[in-house]
Amino acid sequence: MDLTVGPNQFFWSADRWTEFYDDLAALPVDRVVLGELVCSKRLPFFQDRIPDAISTLIDAGKEVALTSLALVTLKRERNQTAALAEMGVEIEINDLTGLPHLPDGANFSVGPLVNVYNEGTLAWLASKGATRICLPPELPLASVETLAKAGADHGVAIEVWGHGRLPLAISGRCYHARLHKRTKDNCQFACEDDPDGLDVRTMEDQPFLTMNGVQTLSDTYASAAHQIDALTQAGVSSLRLSPQSKGFTQLCDQYRQLLDGKISGADVADAICSIDKNIRLSDGFLTGDRGVDWSGKQPPAYQGS
Amino acid sequence: MVMEIVCPAGTPASLRAAVKAGAHTIYCGFNDETNARNFPGLNFDRTEMREGIAFAHSHVSKVLIAINTFPRAGDEGVWHRAVADAESCGADAVILADPGLLDYAACNHPHLRRHLSVQAAAANADIINYYAKVFDVKRVVLPRVLSVPEISAINAETEVETEVFVFGGLCVMAEGRCSLSSYATGLSPNMNGVCSPASHVEYHEDNGALDARLGGYTIHRVGQNEPAPYPTLCKGCFGAKDTTGHLFEDPVSLNAEQLIPQLQKAGVTALKIEGRQRSRSYVAQVVRNFRAAVDALEAGQPMPEGMLARLSEGQAMTTGAYKKTWR
Amino acid sequence: MSQTQATIPLFPPILARALRVVPLPPLSLSLTAYSRKIAKNHPGLFRRLGEFDHTPFVLDPTDLPFVICLDPNGGVPRVTVVRGKGEGAARISGPLAALIGLVHGAYDGDALFFSRDLVVEGDTGAALALRNAVDDAELDLAQEIASITGPLARPLHHIIEFTQRRTGVCLTRPDEAEAW
Repeated sequence: MDLTVGPNQFFWSADRWTEFYDDLAALPVDRVVLGELVCSKRLPFFQDRIPDAISTLIDAGKEVALTSLALVTLKRERNQTAALAEMGVEIEINDLTGLPHLPDGANFSVGPLVNVYNEGTLAWLASKGATRICLPPELPLASVETLAKAGADHGVAIEVWGHGRLPLAISGRCYHARLHKRTKDNCQFACEDDPDGLDVRTMEDQPFLTMNGVQTLSDTYASAAHQIDALTQAGVSSLRLSPQSKGFTQLCDQYRQLLDGKISGADVADAICSIDKNIRLSDGFLTGDRGVDWSGKQPPAYQGS
Repeated sequence: MVMEIVCPAGTPASLRAAVKAGAHTIYCGFNDETNARNFPGLNFDRTEMREGIAFAHSHVSKVLIAINTFPRAGDEGVWHRAVADAESCGADAVILADPGLLDYAACNHPHLRRHLSVQAAAANADIINYYAKVFDVKRVVLPRVLSVPEISAINAETEVETEVFVFGGLCVMAEGRCSLSSYATGLSPNMNGVCSPASHVEYHEDNGALDARLGGYTIHRVGQNEPAPYPTLCKGCFGAKDTTGHLFEDPVSLNAEQLIPQLQKAGVTALKIEGRQRSRSYVAQVVRNFRAAVDALEAGQPMPEGMLARLSEGQAMTTGAYKKTWR
Repeated sequence: MSQTQATIPLFPPILARALRVVPLPPLSLSLTAYSRKIAKNHPGLFRRLGEFDHTPFVLDPTDLPFVICLDPNGGVPRVTVVRGKGEGAARISGPLAALIGLVHGAYDGDALFFSRDLVVEGDTGAALALRNAVDDAELDLAQEIASITGPLARPLHHIIEFTQRRTGVCLTRPDEAEAW
């Protein structure tokens, strides 16, 4: 199984962004998807850094793809989506709006925000040129198994959400702007203050969700650390790691060693939690009763909350 | 042309009530996970569906069948049968969201009219025209993230009919792109046809204060005599930084009654009412109001004043994304 | 204060006090017979309960000094009237008129719930299933009672007549076109 780094979901400064991808060039990952996934207003801040990042990563031997936006409504966003096809690298569509803009016969990959729930949709996407699909994080292991088989039949590589806060919802409304009592058009980029999103707590002060502009993520960091054997057996070919502001170098190393059989899932989980005491884990979408569940041991701070 | 009122029916009794109240079109679903309102005690078995459609047709109303969840891998047959049965029951169209299922329906039931469900979240003219080209989709139900000018712009660029929500529950997230519910409860709109399901809701009343929990998370606390909204995740009460409140959306429901003339100008074909889970009396009341509104519009009369507030969640209304400031 | 609350009549307290001494076993028997009659005339009602067709419900008319325990029992329902809280997996509480109005389709359950005229506790899914099943059945309680004959008919007729006369609770299904 190889490692893919998904597009950064958060809003980082252009310098931080560049530094992240420069560092990535040296890490043991096979594939990098970059670009703006969440909000079209963020893109101008780092758009001119993208070509350099792509060449750095290609020079380092990585496969590179560019993501589309997750929700395309405005004229500007439609133009941005159409323009992706002209960048000369593979496109990962995260909204089907990307499809009509692809050149005829072009291969493409499909990101986790496109609803690929069954063989019929997988086969249809394959017929349009899809060669790789990162499945929606919501899918249970049984669906992953069935779709990995179908992927093999159609020559589509199957990737699974391996690590990171789960993208749970996308909206036309910006919650960061709302929180700051601003409109979306005058958001003043409030989301930039929160490089891993803003914690959202319940009425009993329990950590629950994460706010990221128009996107809502889980509080927990999903981790497939305990699922590697099952995923390998299912025929999954890649694990997706979602960028976070702290400890990402260490994280990539840990997952690489896990895939190479050098360390255990529990070792990886411990290492992830040691990055920040505010990290809680989940893998419930794959094997639990609900997404937030975790098959391993939570760090002591989480118990009883 | 009079704008078409598309109205929900969770039970055969609601269907009949809606038809009698003047609905041009009814939408409903089979009593299983193939539809996005798979709630206990709701929906139609095959016989009820056939009879309901016959009843509607005898009153010159149409029936659309929503098969708008995403088929489970390995079990697509359940959804394929639903499409086949919709055709044999005499449905005027099916409302679908999953590309695989659209492809199946287009190939195997080409004469069964296809509408694109709101669960497909097709939010711009490029993708709508693509669905029309590839699956011959005749109508799209627009996601509730668009403003009236955006709807107008879409209609200027597509031949596909558009249907928009005008009343009832309001998703703040792009529909079909949300797994908040399965994260907290294991059950989701896309896979199970439920959101924030009643089976995972608990209420606790203590000295008049009412706590509402979903999947063990307390997301509402109201005092005595305050309205008690259902604990739908996106309308819950949360804390972030120094703020506590309805961070995603207030417990309001959509009422775009007064925007009907603008929606007509924007080129909208059909007005959709949410609420297959609501009672037949609710359905009849809402339909009657909206039918009166579109008839008044057609006759050049002013819009009747709204009468629907007490039917809504927390008795508060919003025009949602139709006004751009909502964002 | 909600608009609906103002429109729901309460059972007169004096009469409610009088009901405190009414013997309950005959009432339970009458209501069981009554519910079986309904089950026979509306088999779809219990079919619609689906997985909840053996779930014990407590219907709590908050303006009466007793609660009604309903066991659907797979379509052969049993009703017991008890003083105190009663036991069940799901409890629906509210003024008698709201509960009956719900059955007759004069009120919308969600609207009553949002305004807190109705309170649901316990298994919310089961309560929802019951609400939806009853809404589809288009019951007319008075008509169902009128069709009852035999030894239990008389006490039931008395209760209904009495309630309707003294409380203003409409026990006959209103014409749907004028329900609002």
